[in-house]
Amino acid sequence: MELLPLAQQVIFYLLAAVIVICSILAVTTRRILRAATYLLFTLLATAGIYFMLDYTFLGSVQIAVYAGGILVLFVFSILLTSHPGEETEKSSKTKRILGLIAAIAGIVTCGYALFTYPWSSTAVGEAQSIQQIGHALIGMEKFQYLLPFEAVSVLLLACIIGAIMIARKR
Amino acid sequence: METPMMYYIVISLVMFFAGVYGFMTRKNMLMMLISIELMLNAVDINFAVFNRFLFPGQMEGMIFSIFAIAIAAAETAIAIAIIINIYRHIRNIDADNLDDMKY
Repeated sequence: MELLPLAQQVIFYLLAAVIVICSILAVTTRRILRAATYLLFTLLATAGIYFMLDYTFLGSVQIAVYAGGILVLFVFSILLTSHPGEETEKSSKTKRILGLIAAIAGIVTCGYALFTYPWSSTAVGEAQSIQQIGHALIGMEKFQYLLPFEAVSVLLLACIIGAIMIARKR
Repeated sequence: METPMMYYIVISLVMFFAGVYGFMTRKNMLMMLISIELMLNAVDINFAVFNRFLFPGQMEGMIFSIFAIAIAAAETAIAIAIIINIYRHIRNIDADNLDDMKY
């Protein structure tokens, strides 16, 4: 993406703010439909992050599968299993404190490990074109992924059949 | 690509542990599933970022992310089918009420 450095910075901070705020709101709000909406914003901002990294194909997959497919499933199942506007039960205080402690301890531990590791990051060059990705996904040589691709397609078929079997009326 | 790698990592770190917090505190199974989605998404960001910044000439991390997204879709579909089935049986999807397996 050829943008001015300043514009890139601004867009990055905007996406970062959306991701951080919406992901925290998604797990703290008590209305479940709102949680799904905040999840949608988080997923779209993640797609924006992928676009900023020049991974346009990954960003499109993120929007199509996550924001388009999974979110629709979520909204349908939320509307099927709860009344609109109903608030979920408040979780107990000890549970919330335990969760908060676990989350903060995890952030501190992982943050310490990440910030003390000597990275040698060099983001240079162009990202791969969609043509290269397509060849990698259906090739049979080294660093090509025909077998996992087919395995995922079989997995999706099994998952469709399984979902129908589980959710059908008896 | 002026933004340093650590900025991206910190975003996904916050997102992941928001998911951990939600998974530990929520009772509603759909909310737990939403938390799992947040965690999966944070891991996908990490794969893409490490690929882009540490190994810019290759695309293994990105392809792993694509497969992870496909598997997350499958997992969500199955989980939602199970949740709807549970709702049909006991009219409730709180994890606390699932202590007996017989209907």
